[in-house]
Amino acid sequence: MKFENFSSKTIVLPIDNIDTDQIIPARFLKTISKEGLGDQLFYDWRYDAAGQPRPDFVLNRPEAKDARILVAGDNFGCGSSREHAPWALVQFGFRAVVSTSFADIFKQNSLKNGLLPIVVPADVHAKLLVSPGTVVRVDLVYQVITLEYVGIVRFPIDEFSKHCLLEGVDELGYILQQEPAIAAYEAARVGSVNTLG
Amino acid sequence: MKPRTIIEKIWDNHVVAERDGSPALIYIDLHLVHEVTSPQAFDGLRRRGLRVRRPDLTIATTDHSTPTTPRGLPILDKVAEAQVKQLESNCREFGVRCYGLESQQQGIVHVMGPEQGLTQPGMTVVCGDSHTATHGAFGALAFGIGTSQVEQVLATQCLLQRSSKTFAVHVDGSLKPGVTAKDIILALIARIGIGGGTGSVFEYRGSAIRALSMEERMTVCNMSIEAGARAGLVAPDDTTYQYVASRAFAPKGPDWDAAVARWRNLPTDEGASYDREVTIDAAELEPMITFGTNPGMGIPISASVPDPGDVADPLERETLAKALRYMDLPAGKPLVGHQVNVVFIGSCTNSRISDLRAAAGLLKGRKVSPQVRLMVVPGSRLVKEQAQAEGLDRIFRDAGADFREAGCSMCIAMNGDQLQPGEYCVSTSNRNFEGRQGAGGRTFLASPLTAAATAITGVITDARTLL
Repeated sequence: MKFENFSSKTIVLPIDNIDTDQIIPARFLKTISKEGLGDQLFYDWRYDAAGQPRPDFVLNRPEAKDARILVAGDNFGCGSSREHAPWALVQFGFRAVVSTSFADIFKQNSLKNGLLPIVVPADVHAKLLVSPGTVVRVDLVYQVITLEYVGIVRFPIDEFSKHCLLEGVDELGYILQQEPAIAAYEAARVGSVNTLG
Repeated sequence: MKPRTIIEKIWDNHVVAERDGSPALIYIDLHLVHEVTSPQAFDGLRRRGLRVRRPDLTIATTDHSTPTTPRGLPILDKVAEAQVKQLESNCREFGVRCYGLESQQQGIVHVMGPEQGLTQPGMTVVCGDSHTATHGAFGALAFGIGTSQVEQVLATQCLLQRSSKTFAVHVDGSLKPGVTAKDIILALIARIGIGGGTGSVFEYRGSAIRALSMEERMTVCNMSIEAGARAGLVAPDDTTYQYVASRAFAPKGPDWDAAVARWRNLPTDEGASYDREVTIDAAELEPMITFGTNPGMGIPISASVPDPGDVADPLERETLAKALRYMDLPAGKPLVGHQVNVVFIGSCTNSRISDLRAAAGLLKGRKVSPQVRLMVVPGSRLVKEQAQAEGLDRIFRDAGADFREAGCSMCIAMNGDQLQPGEYCVSTSNRNFEGRQGAGGRTFLASPLTAAATAITGVITDARTLL
């Protein structure tokens, strides 16, 4: 699926170091499917012990329904390697997360699922944190976000990930095309273990 | 040739292809698979009509959703049972060896690999699990990956990666009695923060690291991800070779000699430079314990819980205040003496035989406090058998502990082993995130010694008072 530019109001979670156990608690990882995870996004913050939605939690408010941009504190997505985290965010409807930094594995997993991790400078981040509902336009081609009343802010992304998102490139397909190089490497490689031996 | 770090040497040895602007294609020597992060990857292979390219470099075991009740009893959670069965059937279909529930070699994937001699110096090792850095203890470049990448490695034995920054962690001097490998890593994370290693690979160096056993080095490397690092490793030495020699999958005879000769070239060259460095004085370390809801919120056991009022940055202040609200702890007071409900000794961080010996050493001839439930969960079936052979199981049971079957258990609370809302637990695991050990549960991370001492007294205890 190709990534297309879009505009959305923001939803704000002003907390640093939001870990993947909050994004989707481990007990929901027993599934063997990728589907149905959007309902479990931020489950323990979103629902009380009886499973009822907590009305004060931002994802339960009406404005969360159509929001496609999540603004969160520093080091978003730290913790486990579970790809269920970006799956759940995407299935809820998010297409981008804005922060001052992201954990490495979460960032990689997000880029493989059409979820754009956008790193912004601390001053822009501070403005976004205190103004939930800001309309933000995301333009991946020019690597900029346009913020209502603030202006245009450029964000970094490596060229390869940008190309894969914009063209909908399947990474596994791209690796499979390099079969001759893989075969040549294997021919010269010193053996390590044989798990079948 | 420019002097290189061990991190750069392993990277250079594994570059399959490098195109301008694109990440490098890196070859993977060992792919470890478990039930939670693999089913969607095997599905992907089926959808595309692909096989596992190198089943001989791939191995699976069941650990996360796996019960720690006696083997042979049915799995009560049908969703978990389906996931465990799915792993076994995927492995049969794709020709991958699987140490399933009934296997003698079953165990936590990061305990099983080293135990079987699968993890060796100089390798690239991946697993759909962020604690894969454990294998770095052997001088391997080992890191966690997501399920899309699990599928890529199954299909091609390769990954697209960019090289990481190199980060030297020097730990010099001698640890004081009662201070352990777990305290080194908790101190590092408290020092540089849980995002402090983002984008980097740690190389743990220095006399205190050299003095550690392989199991202790695994404890240190295991939690590299909790400082945000992609991986963490220790250059191999004679301690490494002695551990690997004669294990099931280790090279034998002339192959062994050739392998050791290769491995001796791995350590960082004299004069090599790192992108970042930090130095820790081992002699100054105390037993560490966490008070909050991420592994960076750690303090020496004699120190007081920090006060959000002392934090200048508003977001940091609110993050700390939120953690203390969740933990229901007052600021400015020490943790020693705080009552707990559960003590958990286990996980890929601290479930090896030396961890069980350390805990048993304190528990021998003593009783677990009647207010506390102590769970001891060995990292593998072989660890369990070794503990039984040494009589440690008797010590645990005589003290009133629950000595269980191998698995991840209450580190991740996917298998029914979990805290009740509001309960406090001293845990030898690696994460104290909200709800990590069960919704509403509250975790204090610490060493096996601190855990055992706390189990005896029922309140958080400096183990040195019982040694």
